Amino acid sequence: MFHFRARSVVGLAALMMTLDIEGHGLLASQSDTPGGVWSVRTPVSAPSASSAAPTPAASAAHVLNRLSYGPRPGEVDRVQRLGIQAWIEQQLHPERIDNGLLDTRVASFETLTLDADTLFREYHQPAQLERRQRQRENTAAREATSPNPNEPAPGRPRMATASAAQRRDRQMITELEAAKVLRAVYSERQLEEVLVDFWFNHFNVFAGKGPTRAYVTAFERDAIRPYVLGDFRQMLEAVAKSPAMLFYLDNWMNTDPNAAARMPQRGRTGNLGSRPAGRANRRPQPSGPGQARPQQGPAQPRPPRGINENYARELLELHTLGVDGGYSQDDIVNVARAFTGWTFRPRQGATFQFVPALHDSGRKTVLGHTIAAGGGQEDGRRVLDILVAHPSTARFIATKLAQKFVDDTPPEALVARAARAFAETRGNLREVTRIIVTSPEFLAPESYRAKVKTPLEFVASALRATGADVRTALPLARSLRDLGMPLYFCQPPTGYDETADTWVSSGALVARMNFALELGGNRLRGVRLPGARTAATDSLREQLLATALADDVSETTRATLARATEAAQVVALAIGSPEFQRQ
Amino acid sequence: MQSRRVFLKSGAMALVTVGFAPSFLARTVEAAGTRKKLLIAIFQRGAVDGLNMVVPFGEVDYYRARPGIAIQKPGRDGGALDLDGFFGLHPRMAPLKPFWDEGHLAIVHASGSHDTTRSHFDAQDYMESATPGVKSTRDGWLNRYLQAMDDERNPLRGVAMTRQMPRALQGRAPAVAMASIATFDVLGDTSAKASFEAAYQAAADQVLNGTAAEAFDAMRTLSRHTTAARAQPASGAEYPRSPFGQALQEIASLAKADVGLEVAFAESTNWDHHVNEGAATGQMANRLDDLSRGIAALVRDLGDRMADTVILTMSEFGRAVVENGGRGTDHGHGNAMLLIGGGVRGAHVYGDWPGLRPEQRFEGRDLAVTTDFRDVFAEIVVRHLGATTETAARVFPGYRLQARSFKGLLRT
Repeated sequence: MFHFRARSVVGLAALMMTLDIEGHGLLASQSDTPGGVWSVRTPVSAPSASSAAPTPAASAAHVLNRLSYGPRPGEVDRVQRLGIQAWIEQQLHPERIDNGLLDTRVASFETLTLDADTLFREYHQPAQLERRQRQRENTAAREATSPNPNEPAPGRPRMATASAAQRRDRQMITELEAAKVLRAVYSERQLEEVLVDFWFNHFNVFAGKGPTRAYVTAFERDAIRPYVLGDFRQMLEAVAKSPAMLFYLDNWMNTDPNAAARMPQRGRTGNLGSRPAGRANRRPQPSGPGQARPQQGPAQPRPPRGINENYARELLELHTLGVDGGYSQDDIVNVARAFTGWTFRPRQGATFQFVPALHDSGRKTVLGHTIAAGGGQEDGRRVLDILVAHPSTARFIATKLAQKFVDDTPPEALVARAARAFAETRGNLREVTRIIVTSPEFLAPESYRAKVKTPLEFVASALRATGADVRTALPLARSLRDLGMPLYFCQPPTGYDETADTWVSSGALVARMNFALELGGNRLRGVRLPGARTAATDSLREQLLATALADDVSETTRATLARATEAAQVVALAIGSPEFQRQ
Repeated sequence: MQSRRVFLKSGAMALVTVGFAPSFLARTVEAAGTRKKLLIAIFQRGAVDGLNMVVPFGEVDYYRARPGIAIQKPGRDGGALDLDGFFGLHPRMAPLKPFWDEGHLAIVHASGSHDTTRSHFDAQDYMESATPGVKSTRDGWLNRYLQAMDDERNPLRGVAMTRQMPRALQGRAPAVAMASIATFDVLGDTSAKASFEAAYQAAADQVLNGTAAEAFDAMRTLSRHTTAARAQPASGAEYPRSPFGQALQEIASLAKADVGLEVAFAESTNWDHHVNEGAATGQMANRLDDLSRGIAALVRDLGDRMADTVILTMSEFGRAVVENGGRGTDHGHGNAMLLIGGGVRGAHVYGDWPGLRPEQRFEGRDLAVTTDFRDVFAEIVVRHLGATTETAARVFPGYRLQARSFKGLLRT
């Protein structure tokens, strides 16, 4: 089995029988795609972790590694019994999966359910005002730089006595981080969590940029999560209108250069319709809380000044078409013009507003489409329509998803099929995801252990495989920072890279071995690993080999596990092993 | 020894004229003879606004284009630090000014790539692969230098003080990335360390196997140099307590420990100022302060090793000439690079200045590029690191390497 790269349907059927696959899914997709799509893939980068042919158990482990945060004890068997395709189908409908235990674990996190307005006013703003007050008091003594307040330099002690306001400001982020780790480890809706991580990263925002931190909770909850198996167009618009994205990529102050001239004289302090966004939005400071605030005339509101290309460029390059998607600098300028006036006002509810007075109402040309003058807010929506319908977007999204789930260099035929599904369904992400995760390429031997785990995948899969009990998840978020993946604090809009070359470095491997030693030795703060201080037993070795390593390791790895005399060492060696770094 | 004599001479001159002697001028000595040359590459990620970093205050159009964020002329409040009557350093870069005055800081302005991308990701990739426009290049130029120059398998020849291996150092030659020297060890359990090494050695997985081998090699070397590697900064050098400052301090420790370091890499982040960039003060000023104090501390800490060291800054592209609607700047094209070192022919702004009038700009909006960044890289590889032009040609595939495109940034 696992050798069905041949065109033979017989081989495929045999494979599905061995894997206990429900036949109709795969056969149906094959009949949809005549022309020998099976044979297109060239065998590149054959999995190097093991030369042994993967077993059915290994296939189940593969599926659990990619579509969830790794197998828990007994789960490989359960998925085999249920059938891989049946399990996948369950995961494609998270709304049908009970998640009560996870809900209990995050129930005490009060900020997760609050809206952006409340979080800004009650959790962020008091700390911000207090910091300004303190700044005024000791401007001279200020440390000049602090690039990321959440990543203090070594040796720099955190402020010993954080005020109540500062603690609340931090609470938003710590609850988000902790919830993310807990969901990865304990959610039964595993594919949904994997996809929320994928799509958040696709539309990355950086919590370290000023008040973005107050908007990230609502961003993930309201603009990303509802759509990960839904409609891409809707997600794109929800993101475009989210305060987090409007602030992070600066569109909140993207205005028609002539807007100032149109403003009535009293406009500078006038009513809503004519009030420049610059005033209402002066609150959000782009600098991190640890940095001095911008020097621009704090007392005087500023008139709107002109377009800002930042969002427009990343919308095309990162959110839709891809960098080689065939757009020009002119397109970027026209897209930016279309989105002038898309803004929000923190003190008026921190929700999206379209301000006609700030909008460039002229005619625009985007990717060859003409957007007639006078469209108002519809200009931006029209741009999103154009982008979603563009073949480059279909291809770009298909490629990224295939790269996430199948291979760093995904098979061309699979990308083509997924892109076609995207185009045909106008961006139905459940269908596009289904095409990829039920594809023969996904289960092909070339894909087995072809990917290196990201730090989040490594940490979550280690906790799941060992059955560790996460009492408090925040220290794990710190571990992730040490492993190079601070949650919600990826600064560039590209998000984290998905490919192995980013995550395999000497320092990263050393950090992973140390994490494994801490976990095994029950020394990870906030995590309890029962039995860490006992002697190693064969049943522990067998259980870890089966759950964490799919019973597929080198003789040397097996021998090091056999030699270890303490349970702590067995865990550490399994989790730190080369085989466990892959998925 | 030709170069050293020239170096001493100009150093002595600087001493007389400025009355300031950093330690690396005070003692150049013979110790440097056996030491390898060192390149410390600093990547300013996010595209620094080169026009506010090295300010063309002699340009009327600079002030026309930037009513809200221009750096004032020298002599005014918050004004630029005059370099040559036309260019000036941002005032918060004062810590670097002494190196200019001594003749050890050079600037290459209007430099960059012939590729026109304004994508951070692509442009960083091109700068680190040094093959602009070609995405299929697998390795980085710093790694190709390591490949081309030596078959010594010492992974500490190339070190990135970053958690992830930067593109510039990715490739076949051994190199390591680490967050700090202290954390770069398998802690607490020597038998586990040995077991890990055995397991990774046995792994058929070539990626993990090779990287781990480099890591264990590097750990062994570092453990032999513990004392030196953890030395305190010399000469009262005070690094900023930022991640960037700490990374530079770690690099200096490695350099002083004589572990064979030839290429070091650090990154300074957060330069993408689309909004409220600030001018003499503000966001970018704070970043420049961190950058400058970090580099100044590094120079002092390295002391006479600076005779064999070049510090090079780079950033993926510059920013638009005209400020945008948010008192920031959007993505542009040409930018400025800084070089500091004993062998640098400093106190000069290199490159042809294209001007800032609208018709002089690239695509009507950005500072044009008149110097290919590879001209700068290649000159460093040849004249500083000592590669032959044939060897250097392998470091820069697709680039026509010829000595006459060198700017004369470095003494020969």
